[in-house]
Amino acid sequence: MQQAIEGSLAIARAVALCKPQVVAAYPITPQTHIVENIAKLVADGVLDCNLVSVESEFSAASVVLGAAAAGSRTYTASASQGILLMCEVLYNIAGLRIPTVLTCANRAVSAPLSIWNDQQDSMAVRDAGWIQLYCADNQEAVDTTIQAFRIAERCEIPVMVCVDGFTLTHTLEPIEIPEAEQVNTFLPPYKFSRSLNPQQPISIGTLLSPDLFPEARHSHHQALLNAEQEIISAANDWAQICGRAGPDLLEANGPDEARIGILIMGSVYGTLADARNHYSDLEPIRLIKLRAFRPFPVKALQEACQGLDKIIVLDRALSPGSGGILGNEVRSALYEIENAPQVYNFAIGLGGRDVPMDTLPQLISAIRNNTHEYFRVFDAVMERLPEEDR
Amino acid sequence: MTLTEIRIHGRGGQGNVVAANLLAMAAFETGRYGQAFPNFGAERRGAPVVAFVRIADASILRRCQIQTPAFLIIQDEALLHIPGVTDGLLPGGKILVNSSKAADEFSAPDNTELITLPASLIAKKFLGRPVPNTALLAAFLSLTNLFPIDALVTVLAHKFSGSILEHNTQLIHQAADQVPNGHWQETIHATGH
Repeated sequence: MQQAIEGSLAIARAVALCKPQVVAAYPITPQTHIVENIAKLVADGVLDCNLVSVESEFSAASVVLGAAAAGSRTYTASASQGILLMCEVLYNIAGLRIPTVLTCANRAVSAPLSIWNDQQDSMAVRDAGWIQLYCADNQEAVDTTIQAFRIAERCEIPVMVCVDGFTLTHTLEPIEIPEAEQVNTFLPPYKFSRSLNPQQPISIGTLLSPDLFPEARHSHHQALLNAEQEIISAANDWAQICGRAGPDLLEANGPDEARIGILIMGSVYGTLADARNHYSDLEPIRLIKLRAFRPFPVKALQEACQGLDKIIVLDRALSPGSGGILGNEVRSALYEIENAPQVYNFAIGLGGRDVPMDTLPQLISAIRNNTHEYFRVFDAVMERLPEEDR
Repeated sequence: MTLTEIRIHGRGGQGNVVAANLLAMAAFETGRYGQAFPNFGAERRGAPVVAFVRIADASILRRCQIQTPAFLIIQDEALLHIPGVTDGLLPGGKILVNSSKAADEFSAPDNTELITLPASLIAKKFLGRPVPNTALLAAFLSLTNLFPIDALVTVLAHKFSGSILEHNTQLIHQAADQVPNGHWQETIHATGH
């Protein structure tokens, strides 16, 4: 049934429907209402779960690692500095191939200190070996959360569900919360193939000599590439059950004759889609919503870009000294195809800068002139900066 | 698609986010699509805060802040003196202010209309606490006829019962009766984008 609720509450309910046995979280900022709402569901007896309130995000991730290794379905959520503090453990969770689900309520990373939305936090841990799925709206956040548990458990790879902080987590809107029965049909009880068990002791996380390390890394890489199929099948199977189709790896839409594409991850997609309807005098535009950033869906992306002359890639994060992170990955993915579109890469909405409707005509006008821009922070006002910083 | 954009200004502790959420939830009760979100800052009691509400008859895709609202709801009259509060209000836009003063004691931007409602006093009378948000929403719905005020009662009934709900219901009807019903009805179709 559709309900008008806040994104964080909807995500908490989706998590509860997946019946995690252990949820560990640091309850103080940077944190969202997600774990607060899970705590309420536990207190109200709706969710039977061991809720561990820890003293840091490092510990939150560590508790989740241990509990999942011991065979529990686990969940945690964090953002911003919390993700950075978790970083070491995130690599361990992934390297040990332990399934768990984490919601990253995407927020900027300090300094300068910011509490607002961009995607620098999840981008900072993009190489940790987790699957990363980005949500464009709160319905996708709910559906992706449920799918994430199945993907994580089938692939034995942790999944980070990336949801724009504030823009989605603090927005109230009509959201369909699935029935328990639907989730039970979709998601079987968790059974970990390498569960720690005192009756049959095994060691995990032991020293790996150079003799075997590259092979371990290769198989982790291969497992992530193979995860594409599980991401697709989770999206398809869930759509069958809930009757609501969502994106799998990515979703492209727009008229076939479009020669300009715009690629984005996360909630700015909605504003651009609305703006495309509103500014109907603009040339045809194909909007590409990238959902899977890890694994990076090279083939699907190449297909989605067929027929485009130019593609604008919008980054919600920055690799200082290089440029856009997503932009560079898209460039690399398109490099080898014939008639590849020219990539225009802009960072936008950093640190919560609003991305208004007229961004769309501004973007289109920025690529109309013939000088090809490699990268810039699109909404930075140069006049505010001293000459040497422009 | 009819899209109505409303910006609510208040102070930390006045229930600004609650007001935005209530309005969107009530819209949803009537079969409309409601979207509410705050403009977060470093919140503390008394600090100026802003929340946004969009109401439409179809799903709302945009997630940007509301720069050109048709309506402003101001929970504290002193906020009208802060630069930026009335920025972007559409020509013909309307301002509802919580104040026991007369409307002509305030200066509204050209080509806009300002109406006052002693919302804190009404709340004090019915609830014992000067929390203006529900009274302002009731008056807003009465002025605009955006949807029936009963939807507001329905939403409150999800959260409250007994005498608290009863007092809130009385407050809603009292506040609605204190403004000219339907006076702002035409403005709900005004949009900037």
